[in-house]
Amino acid sequence: MSEGHSTYTPKTGIGRWFDARMPLPRLVYDSFIAYPVPRNLNYMWTFGGILSIMLVSQILTGIVLAMHYVSDTSLAFGSVEKIMRDVNQGWLLRYMHSNGASFFFIAVYLHIFRGLYYGSYKAPRELLWILGCIIYLLMMATGFMGYVLPWGQMSFWGATVITGFFTAIPVVGNWIQELLLGGFAVDNPTLNRFFALHYLLPFMIAGVVVLHVWALHVVGQSNPTGIEVKSKTDTVAFTPYATIKDALGMVVFLLFFAYFIFYIPNYLGHPDNYIVADPLKTPAHIVPEWYFLPFYAILRAITFNIGPIDSKLGGVLAMFGAIAMLFLVPWLDTSKVRSAVYRPWYKLFFWLFVANAILLGWLGSRPAEGAYVLMAQMATLFYFAFFLVILPVLGLIETPRRLPNSITEAVLEKNKGGSGHPAGATASPETKG
Amino acid sequence: MKKILISLAAVSALFIGAAAYAEEAGKAGEASHEANPTHFPIHKPKEMSWSFAGPFGTYDKAQLQRGLKVYKEVCSACHSMKLVAFRTLSDLGYSEAQVKAFAAGYTVQDGPNDAGEMFERPGIASDHFPSPYPNDQAAAAANGGAVPPDMSLLAKARGVERGFPQFIIDIFTQYAENGPDYIHSLLTGYDEQPPAGMTIPEGTHYNPYFNAGVSLKMPKPISADQVTYDDGAPQTVEQYSEDVSAFLMWAAEPHLEDRKKTGFRVIVFLLLFSVLMYLTKRKVWSNIAH
Repeated sequence: MSEGHSTYTPKTGIGRWFDARMPLPRLVYDSFIAYPVPRNLNYMWTFGGILSIMLVSQILTGIVLAMHYVSDTSLAFGSVEKIMRDVNQGWLLRYMHSNGASFFFIAVYLHIFRGLYYGSYKAPRELLWILGCIIYLLMMATGFMGYVLPWGQMSFWGATVITGFFTAIPVVGNWIQELLLGGFAVDNPTLNRFFALHYLLPFMIAGVVVLHVWALHVVGQSNPTGIEVKSKTDTVAFTPYATIKDALGMVVFLLFFAYFIFYIPNYLGHPDNYIVADPLKTPAHIVPEWYFLPFYAILRAITFNIGPIDSKLGGVLAMFGAIAMLFLVPWLDTSKVRSAVYRPWYKLFFWLFVANAILLGWLGSRPAEGAYVLMAQMATLFYFAFFLVILPVLGLIETPRRLPNSITEAVLEKNKGGSGHPAGATASPETKG
Repeated sequence: MKKILISLAAVSALFIGAAAYAEEAGKAGEASHEANPTHFPIHKPKEMSWSFAGPFGTYDKAQLQRGLKVYKEVCSACHSMKLVAFRTLSDLGYSEAQVKAFAAGYTVQDGPNDAGEMFERPGIASDHFPSPYPNDQAAAAANGGAVPPDMSLLAKARGVERGFPQFIIDIFTQYAENGPDYIHSLLTGYDEQPPAGMTIPEGTHYNPYFNAGVSLKMPKPISADQVTYDDGAPQTVEQYSEDVSAFLMWAAEPHLEDRKKTGFRVIVFLLLFSVLMYLTKRKVWSNIAH
């Protein structure tokens, strides 16, 4: 598509007939067969494909689960257990769906970190990046509402805590919360609207994914060097080169996924969610799903009032601000060089950011007391400093390493040096990705 | 690749350092008051070796049958098990006739009949275990205000936090027996004596394995020789407790064997598939430097 007008003609008569009336064969051919991809993509670039199959898997298992699920507070918990016990292969569908959510997030986090490391968000890919951030936001909403549906203790109390955030907003806060809940507390109307929205949002995600892929096919993929494609030798055709690499990535990812589904299916969940929701009994520690933990830590790190903003509103602002940072990244990063490969200081700070994010996640799972509070505050400070100070300043003061002239040059240079093999001997696996 | 590894090493070192610091800081506050602990359970659950653990784990049918007997004769006096149907007891190795006879030993309420009245009849295989109390209020009233939890999912609804770094090791060892370990530790933990100076609220019983306080409303539920085993297994509290914990794991996760068996096939398939994919990928890319 980025190559301008398509010159593709279908080989069969039926294909040509169809193509003349609606160029779907051409679209598929141009997008998934002839589409040029940089030849130096590593396995971190396979997560786009992995995320697509995770979305499809979640939608398919979800639709079948919805056929057996009952969104009524007195029946929901039992209907999920009926799926686990009596529906044919119901346990598999349900574990695939609940672990699938986690693995969807694992893949999306790796995908986002990939983008941050290689500067994939830089011009002309800002919109592509923002569409990705919107998908991530929609995923968070979907994941949160999905966790409420089994109507366990953590479902109920998680929903109570998270919808409670909205009451911190001045003037309209209570109104928004009551609108979300369909009442004054989490109850049957809440469960019903969450179920409706949990069914709707994945299709909205699919819609934004189409836009995301569309934008990608206009600007083309970035690559580990961060240098734009300059000539035909810089790229290879999507099929077979990227398809086979993506397929390998997917199968390996599915291996990890299967390990969790079949051997430790409840590892990523909370035992309390196997206790039916009880509005009169608060669990000792209310924790959200693991993929929200870093943001939960940031929320609870604000334990002090800032001028007119009390700690509750401050926490909510910090949490939403933490997500908002992602949207601003294309303009916060002032560096002219995309890839961390050529930015020694950025590379260091990137890995510190990763460590900090993991630390925040762990702190989110701890009770907010003692040394944990201070640690969470320091980690929150670093989180924001990374985006608001390090990204803009580093781009101005850092001296990047020498960039190769083209992707081809980078590839040939890499294959010549280091591995000790002649340039042609590319079959050696240690030089790959 | 080397650089990625070095970076990863640095990342882990940082994380572990910070985590260790926090763990130490957490422990420092805890150790000082043995008589007034703030974190529960006081003792971590004992890790048992269960037949159903690991990638090839299966239920020990004789053990489940003994566990069912313990549940029926002891636990079921107070604890319901609403989600489990009699028909599923065939998993324990019982024949259809045995299941029918077992179900018929219970009286269940049914109705209304043609005259509009509720009536009682012997249980049939499709019935679920009847509950000992008509409702939660009655259960609470008979048990000093605490509702004895339903046991259908107990083995998945209990789990003591493993802490760092154990929770990471658990991924590789496939540790998923938090529930039965907890139940077994609790059942065998009643004989321990509280430390001097600890106050135990009236009407509760000290148990250092309880996950929500120093003591719980449930008294020691079982003692030696209370249930008669027909298969010669020792009639000790330890044995009763292990058997009923295993039985509750089955009650909570009846398809565990099926899951692990399917899992093995899936993993083998995916491994072979990934090898083929890798070789194909290598072939496709063999003439392209990248």
